[in-house]
Amino acid sequence: MDYVIEMLDIRKEFPGIVANDNITLQLKKGEIHALLGENGAGKSTLMNVLFGLYQPEKGEIKVRGEKVKITSPNVANDLGIGMVHQHFMLVDTFTVTENIVLGMEPKKGINIDLKRAEREVQEISDRYGLKVDPKARIADISVGMQQRVEILKTLYRGAEILIFDEPTAVLTPQEIKELIQIFRTLIAEGKSIILITHKLKEIIEVCDRVTVIRKGVGIDTLDVEGTTPTQLASLMVGREVTFKTDKTDSNPKHSVLEITKLNVKDSRGVNAVKDLDLSVRAGEIVGIAGVDGNGQSELIEAITGLRKVTSGKIELNGKDLSSYKTRKITEAGVGHIPQDRHKHGLVLDFPIGDNMVLQTYYHKPYSKYSLLNNKEINKQAKKLIQEFDVRTPSEQTPARALSGGNQQKAIIGREVDRDPDLLIAAQPTRGLDVGAIEFIHKRLIEQRDNGKAVLLVSFELEEIINVSDRIAVIYDGNIIEIVDPKTTTEQELGLLMAGSKNKAGETENV
Amino acid sequence: MFNQFSRWQKILIPVISVILGLIVGAIVMLVSGYNPIEGYTALLSGSLGEGFYIGETVRQITPYIFAGLAVAFAFRTGLFNIGVEGQLLVGWVASVWVGLAFDLPKVIHLPMAILAGAVAGALWAFIPGLLKAKLRVHEVIVTIMMNYIALHLCNYLVRYVISDEQNTTDRVPESASLKSPFFETLTEFSTMHYGIFLALAAAIIYFVVLEKTTTGFELRSVGFNQHASEYAGMNVNRNIILSMVISGAFAGLGGAMEGLGTFGYGFIHGAFSGVGFDGIAVALLGGNVASGIILAAALFGILKQGALIMPLQSGVPTELVEIVIAIIIFFVASSYIIAYLLQRLRKGAK
Amino acid sequence: MKKRKYGVALSMILAAGTVLAACGSDEEADTGSDEGSTGGGEGTEETSDFKVAMVTDTGGVDDKSFNQSAWEGLQQFGADNGLEEGTDGYTYFQSNNDADYVTNMNTAVRNDFDLVFGIGFLLNQAITDVASQNPDTNFALVDDVSEGDNVASITFKEHEGSFLVGVAAGMATESDQIGFVGGVESDLINKFAAGFQAGVEAVNPDADVQIEFAGDFNDAAGGQQIAASMYGSGIDVIYHAAGGTGNGVFTEAKNLKQQDPDRQVWVIGVDRDQWEEGQVGDDNVTLTSMVKRVDVAVQDISTRAMEGDFPGGEVIEYGIQEEGIAIAESQDNLSQEILDEIANYKQQIVDGEIEVPSTLE
Repeated sequence: MDYVIEMLDIRKEFPGIVANDNITLQLKKGEIHALLGENGAGKSTLMNVLFGLYQPEKGEIKVRGEKVKITSPNVANDLGIGMVHQHFMLVDTFTVTENIVLGMEPKKGINIDLKRAEREVQEISDRYGLKVDPKARIADISVGMQQRVEILKTLYRGAEILIFDEPTAVLTPQEIKELIQIFRTLIAEGKSIILITHKLKEIIEVCDRVTVIRKGVGIDTLDVEGTTPTQLASLMVGREVTFKTDKTDSNPKHSVLEITKLNVKDSRGVNAVKDLDLSVRAGEIVGIAGVDGNGQSELIEAITGLRKVTSGKIELNGKDLSSYKTRKITEAGVGHIPQDRHKHGLVLDFPIGDNMVLQTYYHKPYSKYSLLNNKEINKQAKKLIQEFDVRTPSEQTPARALSGGNQQKAIIGREVDRDPDLLIAAQPTRGLDVGAIEFIHKRLIEQRDNGKAVLLVSFELEEIINVSDRIAVIYDGNIIEIVDPKTTTEQELGLLMAGSKNKAGETENV
Repeated sequence: MFNQFSRWQKILIPVISVILGLIVGAIVMLVSGYNPIEGYTALLSGSLGEGFYIGETVRQITPYIFAGLAVAFAFRTGLFNIGVEGQLLVGWVASVWVGLAFDLPKVIHLPMAILAGAVAGALWAFIPGLLKAKLRVHEVIVTIMMNYIALHLCNYLVRYVISDEQNTTDRVPESASLKSPFFETLTEFSTMHYGIFLALAAAIIYFVVLEKTTTGFELRSVGFNQHASEYAGMNVNRNIILSMVISGAFAGLGGAMEGLGTFGYGFIHGAFSGVGFDGIAVALLGGNVASGIILAAALFGILKQGALIMPLQSGVPTELVEIVIAIIIFFVASSYIIAYLLQRLRKGAK
Repeated sequence: MKKRKYGVALSMILAAGTVLAACGSDEEADTGSDEGSTGGGEGTEETSDFKVAMVTDTGGVDDKSFNQSAWEGLQQFGADNGLEEGTDGYTYFQSNNDADYVTNMNTAVRNDFDLVFGIGFLLNQAITDVASQNPDTNFALVDDVSEGDNVASITFKEHEGSFLVGVAAGMATESDQIGFVGGVESDLINKFAAGFQAGVEAVNPDADVQIEFAGDFNDAAGGQQIAASMYGSGIDVIYHAAGGTGNGVFTEAKNLKQQDPDRQVWVIGVDRDQWEEGQVGDDNVTLTSMVKRVDVAVQDISTRAMEGDFPGGEVIEYGIQEEGIAIAESQDNLSQEILDEIANYKQQIVDGEIEVPSTLE
């Protein structure tokens, strides 16, 4: 056998649930093996077992044919297993080299031999074509570069098997391309890769084989060649999935949101939104495409009153909202599905029921004479839970205990139920699985069809293209182009997002 | 992995902490050559053994309830009010001042004096609340500093304004007094006064305001997640100030209980009374809920009161009770250890 | 109170307490009490059923100040009279909190103590209240005056002792500049200042006494600051009547002494012999201390109560004559000349030739 890793009949239980139920995963030397599954299917648990963070109740792990017991990440490191986490574990103020050698610094006497370390880092970087500057500070380099530092870290520690956890989630299309190139180099150098993802297109593009797991059970392992995204999606979700979001052509009417010459400063006091103009009409979905950090967050915060407007106008149905407080804006008819549902969307320690009246608790019938009416609140919560298929033991369950998808459904239920004229959805499907994404897209389109204006911000080009009726590309705080999703391509959008108008160009790395 | 504790854990953790605290206290007694059974018997008889001691214990519990509620209220809104001690002192002096300055029928005078205490405490807490809300100055620092200002300001007021360069003020007249001849006779001249009823009422108010009103909804929301509260259109700054003001009012009321009840006068404090600081422990042990705070205050009252008689009856020094309290707080604060042990126990049982 | 006859006279006990040759005085007292009541050496229960307790203020019984001194006095009294420590003899109640005063007083009454001391003016209100509720028990308040027929008020003529240390200061100063650091301005502390000033004036009319108040009895840092500015301005002797704040005065003086061992810096201690506080290497900055014998007073009142001569409703002032006020026993830093002069003035005070003022003009 030429398997470098074999995880055989792994079973891992947590109180109340079986996270992995006899899953088998075999990784051949020199292959890119995808691990596919919905959120909560057990992918992370399985990888944490391999990385030594959890101990399995049953099953065995073989590395290069030998049975091993991986009791901690250090053991995994020694066995040549490295993991590139979704959330980077880097010290911002340290240089690339310092981060890489952290914990196993080469010593010269009692001093760290940084010179030697830098040389070694440079060597590895060159070998795998990572193009990392060993002396750069983490805070100064792009997200894509930071990811490469993470890769370098595992390689520096002698990893032969690399696990990538959702590596493309934070990257621009161009960066994804480069990452795929890096994968190929790694394979050519004899490494093996496990790729955790739920992006089917990536799997088809780079992977050799794929193991699908669903609800903790291993469904199948198959060669990627010859499969289709639809087939993989069905395996993952367990039913037929339609990919193309079904929607009729939009029928836009009067303008609901009209933004003119808007300027907004970011938290550091730097102009993040610069003289931005944008309009969203009733009955259409406008998608804002752009690389993170080009003013999307500030734009949304300005519209919803969470950030002060420096100058310019934000008109909702002809009324200027730019000086309003959040509550008045909400009451004026703006719904907001926030980008970070944990930070802004929910009070995680509140029952999910209370979260569903987070903006309306002071209205009748939820309260009367300032006294809360829990009966009515729970009634409303039950209604939304039913209507939006929020899976929760009860409306009294703390929001924290719900899965990401169900939390998001609860937020969307809350926002849609208020029947706002303008619905802002910021990355509404981030981190969600195919089933939930489908559901949320349907709801957004439903709002549009009901004559509401919808503003969608997303870093997922596929989502933007699928859902939007018009796409506004934001770059450096300004809308630089409005394109038609029917005629545009990801390639074109990618270039626009990188700031090059109508002509091909290189993305800036810094 | 325990992100949150289940309901039974929330109740069990403080209970186990108390038991562990008492056990460790017993060990300390043994090691230092005292008889722990005698020690704890003395403690119990010195706090609940006779009418007099019960009266004194109840009197001791009263300000603890207020201090605990004050700390907990701020805490539920995500604020750490270390200034309860100072707010209590200003409430004390303000209530005595109003008690002495006016000559009114009791139905007006007493409520007015009590209210003065609440208002003074509220105002004293308003300042750190305002600084936190407007300038993001950390409330812990400001409240600590305000404690010292309160101490010295109150001493000045007692000496030069309310009294004629005396160390104590005059006694508040009967019309502004919480003293209860009825309870005093009932408990053989203890200093028990009507304050306990106000304390229990305050606990009910605490519960209703926090759990049953829209204001409480906002305060709790802000306490858990300021960002989400802001997103939901709540005025975070207003809620921060409001929370401090209500917290300070509870503390001020606690001071009024001392000023109008326990003592019936104001005096120059050489040092902090410690009640406000103990309030932090009461709130922690009580899990920041009204019923828990009452129970925790009762425990503290019993321990502190019983401690006074321990040296006489069993030779155990009063400081031992401080050790027991410290250990209880340690276990509550490190509740994760207990939660972990509980989980292991449960697993073992399976 | 039951009347009992005792062989030991009040003056004897005072002498015993003052000499404080612990073992020797024990025997002396024992033989004395034998005569009075019992034959059995250990038979304490027959010795007397007199019970006496004291309630400390928040300083606690180990405060190295008057609470401790009072407790020492009570222990001595117990030893002299064959009493047992505990519920049946003598004991103390520690107050951890201002609210504990009344409770402790009451607890003492409920445990049938015949005489209960309240140590410190903080206990005034508590003792007044509890005394009026319990007319059958005797109370004694140290350092303040309480009304009530069953309360004896114990005060000290601090001004007399301060006068004597003022004499020492006036003679020891080289710069003719002398400092006084008080805790909180009050009638009590003013007594110290007034007597001190008068003492300096008597021996050294040219010397100038600068009087400062720290506003706190427990602010060592504040005390140090005041001391620093005083020493900096040329003052070479500081008398403090400031409790814990005074420790800062000692700290500053010791620092200066350490930097420059030849420099003359003196501190005059208060309440008890503060010789130890002044020790810095081989030097010692404590010139002398004004000692307040709370222990003597406690023994005296206890004895009088036991003999049925309790001075209820009276204010008893302990001065030099009553041995309640004295100069500390550590006298290494005082020249013979100074000691002679002090003895001279002491005699004049005892004889009534000098009336020491107790208030500042």
